[in-house]
Amino acid sequence: MRDTMDAPQPLVQVRDLKMHFPIYAGLLRRRVGEVKAVDGVSFDVMEGETLGLVGESGCGKSTCGRSVLRLYDITAGSILMDGDEIGALSQGQLRTRRPTMQMVFQDPQASLNPRMPVSAIIQEPLDEHTKLSKAEKREKVLELMDAVGLNRRFANRFPHAFSGGQRQRIGIARALALNPKFIVCDEPIAALDVSIQAQVVNLLEDLQEKFGLTYLFISHDLSMVRHIATRVAVMYLGRIVELAPREALYADPLHPYTKALLSAVPEPDPELAAKERVILTGDVPSPANPPKGCNFCTRCPAVMPVCHETDPETREVSPGRFVACHLFADEYTAAGHAPAVSQSAGQGATSSPQETLNQQGETP
Amino acid sequence: MTDPMTNMPAMSPPRAVPIEKARSQWRDIWAQFRTHKGAVWGLGFLIFITLFVAIGPLIWDVDATKTDIRNKNMRPFYTLLWDSEARFTWVKPLGSDNLGRDVLANLMQGGRTSMAVGWTAMILAVVVGTLIGVLAGFFKRIDGALMRFTDLVLSLPLLPLLLVMMLLFRDTLRATFGPETGIFILIVVAIGLTSWMQTARIVRGDVLALKEREFVLAARSIGTPSRRMISRHILPNVLSPIMVSATLGLANAIITESALSFLGLGFPSDFPTWGKTLFDSIQYMEEYPERVIWPGLCISFTVLAVNYIGDGLRDALDPRIRGQ
Repeated sequence: MRDTMDAPQPLVQVRDLKMHFPIYAGLLRRRVGEVKAVDGVSFDVMEGETLGLVGESGCGKSTCGRSVLRLYDITAGSILMDGDEIGALSQGQLRTRRPTMQMVFQDPQASLNPRMPVSAIIQEPLDEHTKLSKAEKREKVLELMDAVGLNRRFANRFPHAFSGGQRQRIGIARALALNPKFIVCDEPIAALDVSIQAQVVNLLEDLQEKFGLTYLFISHDLSMVRHIATRVAVMYLGRIVELAPREALYADPLHPYTKALLSAVPEPDPELAAKERVILTGDVPSPANPPKGCNFCTRCPAVMPVCHETDPETREVSPGRFVACHLFADEYTAAGHAPAVSQSAGQGATSSPQETLNQQGETP
Repeated sequence: MTDPMTNMPAMSPPRAVPIEKARSQWRDIWAQFRTHKGAVWGLGFLIFITLFVAIGPLIWDVDATKTDIRNKNMRPFYTLLWDSEARFTWVKPLGSDNLGRDVLANLMQGGRTSMAVGWTAMILAVVVGTLIGVLAGFFKRIDGALMRFTDLVLSLPLLPLLLVMMLLFRDTLRATFGPETGIFILIVVAIGLTSWMQTARIVRGDVLALKEREFVLAARSIGTPSRRMISRHILPNVLSPIMVSATLGLANAIITESALSFLGLGFPSDFPTWGKTLFDSIQYMEEYPERVIWPGLCISFTVLAVNYIGDGLRDALDPRIRGQ
């Protein structure tokens, strides 16, 4: 067995991933631009961990997850999957590598073929990639159904006969069929009600423990990501703005966007809920026409002139914490009037984030 | 994968639970089909008419093309009910036409041809239409070319085109396959190749919509190649529109064949089909309405029956409807 605990190795390395969708317009269907759904994303997913990918609707989370699995032909970038470069492979070459990477989809209704019985749906990966006999396949399908908590007796029913939670279990069983290492969970709980969400998330955690799976968990539900993820990446308009271990990110968000996002999470305790909220104004700019400089500069409460000029680089501000923001750029931190990352990292969440922002807002 | 999960939700059954045997899908489909009354009637009629034209001539052993001037213009037996003066003979139970040809034998013999032409042309049209529709919808690269070709064929005036095809190829085919088979092939191909466009358009539209569904993406993430993606995920889901256009296509083929025969470009004049019998009798319609009514009823009821069967099959093949 590989010991994943002592020295976590990156199972997936994504570097500068870009996925641009062309826009055609006019009488001659000429290419007039492109939607930069994912625009230069880099991250690692360690073996055995769960990387949460959060962000608001339309920020490119799902596209990012699908691009990592090469369900799209990506525009640029490299994807190192388990030591294999898959960024530039053709779909035909990818076929043999598909078993290591699988996906659980958002809408359990739409992700199952309504004309296939459950057993055939779960069996499809086995049909494609294994040479098992019919009986062996059947046995494997039933084992998978047990593993995800589906009653074996329902193997020959059709998807419409199941509830949303059960359908999602079918989707998970299908993803597990080939013993993958890496699973992209594309908002697997967004279409389920709360009680079922907990069941499905617990199931995903149990399976991770049992089979040593690695997840890229895409969600807009910050509290659910806090529950399941080991590290969290925050996306805004096709970029990752902050990537940090879960505890650090939730205790002390660095990027102004992360702060705004976290302050939008409802707080059940009314006393704590009294804290000041960061309310963003305006809309997300169109990914077809992102603003010059930092993507967030149109809505950022701590915007500086430089933000409108240059794109902030992603830098590691403390071990394992990456943030793409000029507030943390060396030239500003060195000048001494920056929100001193080391300070806030050292003292935990004691310094008010709002205060830091205000300070920064006055700095030219 | 073999040891049972410990902290699973309570749904996981113990391994001793007997596995529900696979229910035969075809039995479910038949059960659902039977709940559609129109479809059952349609199937009944279709079986009846098929037996009528297939086995009928063996029992009612009369040459449909034989003229019998002495017994011409006979009325059917039931006219005796209200007109005891009617010309009638038991040799011609459904009467005879102006050349003394037996109407009953004509119906049987004509039905054979009409049904054969209808089914073959319909199958040809549906196969071509589905193929082009699926290819155009699934592979974006050839979509433009295929659909422009479809538009091109759609924009051709069909009847003149058919006439030209008949004139060009009739003699060659006749020489190669004999007069009847040659014309049969020509008519089937002509009708088939001029009526696949609607199917292609409908199928393409459905495939385009299906292609964006998540289960197709899921199949891609599994690594299913395109050909199996089409056969496993796309085709079963476009079955309904294909079924509908197939039923319409059968009706269309029978009617087009009648029109061709009427224009004198179909089968030779001594070769009965329902359409031709119908058109031959139009000038005597007022005096002898039964000569129009019987072939007309045959065409209408066959088309209606097939439509109902298609309706019932479409419901029966859809597991979502079947489940209720």
